Amino acid sequence: MLRLHYNLERISMGLVAGIIVAASIGGLVEIAPLFTIDETVEVPADLRPHTPLELAGREIYIREGCYACHSQMIRSLADEIDRYGHYSLASESAYDHPMLWGSKRTGPDLARVGEKYSDVWHAAHLVNPRAVVPASIMPAYPWLAATPLDISTLSAQLATLARLGVPYSPERIANAAADALAQARPDGAGGAGFVARYGDRVAVRPFGGDPARLTEMDAVIAYLQSLGRLTTAPYVPQ
Amino acid sequence: MIASLSINERQVGLMLTIGVAILGLIMLGAAKEGPMAVHGAMALALGIVLAFSLVGSLFDPDAPGGRAARYYDEPTRFGLMLTLIWGVVAMSVGVWVAALLYWPEATPLWPATSFGRLRPVHTTGVIFGFGGNALIATSLHVLQRTSRARLADSVSPWFVLIGYNLFCAWAVTGYLMGSTQSKEYAEAEWYADIWLVVVWVAYLVLYLRTLARRNEPHIYVANWYYLAFILVVAMLHIVNNIALPVSFAGARSFPVWSGVQDAMVQWWYGHNAVAFFLTAGFLGMLYYFLPVRAERPIWSYRLSIVSFWGIVFFYVWVGSHHLHYTALPYWVQTLGMTFSVMLLVPSWASAGNAIATLNGAWHKVRDDATLRFMFVAAVFYGLSTFEGSFLAIRPVNSLSHYTDWTVGHVHSGTLGWVAMIIFGAIYTLVPQLSGRTTMAWPKAIEWHFWLSIAGTLIYVVSMWNAGITQGLMWRTYDANGGLAYSFLESVMAMAPYYLLRTIGGALFLTGTVLCALNVRATMLATPVGAGASDRPLLTQPAE
Ligand code: HEC
Repeated sequence: MLRLHYNLERISMGLVAGIIVAASIGGLVEIAPLFTIDETVEVPADLRPHTPLELAGREIYIREGCYACHSQMIRSLADEIDRYGHYSLASESAYDHPMLWGSKRTGPDLARVGEKYSDVWHAAHLVNPRAVVPASIMPAYPWLAATPLDISTLSAQLATLARLGVPYSPERIANAAADALAQARPDGAGGAGFVARYGDRVAVRPFGGDPARLTEMDAVIAYLQSLGRLTTAPYVPQ
Repeated sequence: MIASLSINERQVGLMLTIGVAILGLIMLGAAKEGPMAVHGAMALALGIVLAFSLVGSLFDPDAPGGRAARYYDEPTRFGLMLTLIWGVVAMSVGVWVAALLYWPEATPLWPATSFGRLRPVHTTGVIFGFGGNALIATSLHVLQRTSRARLADSVSPWFVLIGYNLFCAWAVTGYLMGSTQSKEYAEAEWYADIWLVVVWVAYLVLYLRTLARRNEPHIYVANWYYLAFILVVAMLHIVNNIALPVSFAGARSFPVWSGVQDAMVQWWYGHNAVAFFLTAGFLGMLYYFLPVRAERPIWSYRLSIVSFWGIVFFYVWVGSHHLHYTALPYWVQTLGMTFSVMLLVPSWASAGNAIATLNGAWHKVRDDATLRFMFVAAVFYGLSTFEGSFLAIRPVNSLSHYTDWTVGHVHSGTLGWVAMIIFGAIYTLVPQLSGRTTMAWPKAIEWHFWLSIAGTLIYVVSMWNAGITQGLMWRTYDANGGLAYSFLESVMAMAPYYLLRTIGGALFLTGTVLCALNVRATMLATPVGAGASDRPLLTQPAE
């Protein structure tokens, strides 16, 4: 054995090959099956992808690094279920490119925060968390309400995700920008088309509070309110 | 640095810098606005500045003759300066974000200075900027000494170093502008990722070509580790970062992986970044600089073989311990836990091998702060790997995960092990590269040592307390069977620990600043004539 290694040390390409082989096995065994076994590939029939507005909110969530303080993965432990709700299912994040499970809870888990608070609460909280939760150490995000939402690339984003397997039909892709507007304007034009494309379980309302302007605040709140509500699978007994 | 290149090499360099400038121009022209345009402008500016300095030197005297018989240490010197610049900047950002958790109002209300954007600036800056530059710089030095050969060529080390730092600069400025993939420790966007692959391939080729020229039949153990670092980091980086850009004229992309597969790929990457970036590479550093400084051979050759292959093979399995009790299938979690525990064997073999090497040199450890840095690094390496295996055990992880215990664990590894071994290597190398026997301010090393120790201990102990407190508060039930504490109460309980942690970090940062100033003074005090940090090949003892 030692002899073998003694010789191996004289051949750099031998070392290279050895390292590559030794370092590949673990990853292959653990990762490859995840693409085939039912437990990780099955998707509930009623799972919907994010609407364009929610997707825009998700992008902002990523941009601002909310994931550095908030997890979106409720573990199957009694106290977590009591605190946050049903443990997270693999299928719930099946359409999430990337997943946002997180690794640190400086703030609470958000996997099921959807509809836990009112839109008004979220808006006030994001502008200044200490206005609603005096002891909070969460950063303030006042610029969200002041920044108009950029909807110009939403179609391209949906199209990209569709190529990765997220069920965005050509109509959903073509109408992405209009749908983002429609979801925040209950009385506006595109409302009927939006409901036709995303179903009537999806909330349609001025999330940020001002139907006249579509801001980043609308998008973030729409996203937060959707968390844990993309499928009924965790809530209905199987 | 240009004076050390031959006229021919300056011409090649010129082509490369013009290439970088054109790349920048294309990015700028395609994107027009947003992060990609800014990054294009950065590459353009870098390319132009370098091209001008190269053009200006085309007619200067050629490189000194007889180069081939000398080592090429200028890139190492340059890399060490970058190491310290990144170290000071990124640790300052770390202290600042730590302070924000105690004084959340302290930050100006600009998007770019928000906690969530600065946090990856800190992590990327310390891991890739500080750690990565130290690895590249020392690897080039160690490679030449242990092979008794000069680097295979003189242009590619500069390409690697400058290209790598362009990647780091793109990454951190991107986060400030809100451009991120959100994958922890792999936040940089697609074009930066592709660029890093190009740089990395150049690095691997340089390494292998130099090894091929070696005048030693055997490849010394430090090089195995550096090689594992280069190879496996490439593999991890490519797989984890596969993404589809929304448009080739913009920064935004979506990873091809989603949901549970993405989580597994991410933590396979994430933990092996710890394994092959923050462990294998630095073990390479340890295996060279500790014996050199202690003037003792490595204690056991056999043990170094066992621990090397143990680390390379076992580590890759353990990433799933980041996903205990999640939606990841149970058997994958179990595999991750099992291998994490087994990993303790090769880890302690390495730490033990390093410490046993000091047998017979303990008086040096006592008297020489530089060697003491390396000794402490080995001790912290042993402690953090023990803690790591412990935290990977499922029930322990149920308490520690998501809490500040993890943060404490990471910092006992990065401050106690990675940074300490870097400082040990720097204090060994810099005098040598400057043609001196000691640093300019030898006493400051002692100060630095104690600042680092105090900072690390305060940091780690406060985070242990914080993490365990959080974990317990989250899971405690009251007499009526309800949860005893609200989440907010656990946030409030953190305040003293967050303050202490900030103080610990600030002490550590102070030490790093002292080190940077000391290195600067030493490099400036290079005696004339010793300027050529090249040394004859044969007078150097080969390890
Ligand atoms: C520095 C860490 C930090 C960052 C970054 C952060 N938060 Fe928080 N968040 C907290 C803390 C701490 C709390 C608990 C106190 C409170 O409610 O404000 C919290 C609470 C929340 C809550 C209420 C959850 C509940 O169930 O009560 C929501 C919603 C939220 N954050 C959303 C966000 C969003 C959206 C972002 C990004 C724009 C963000 N947070 C960024 C720390 C953070």
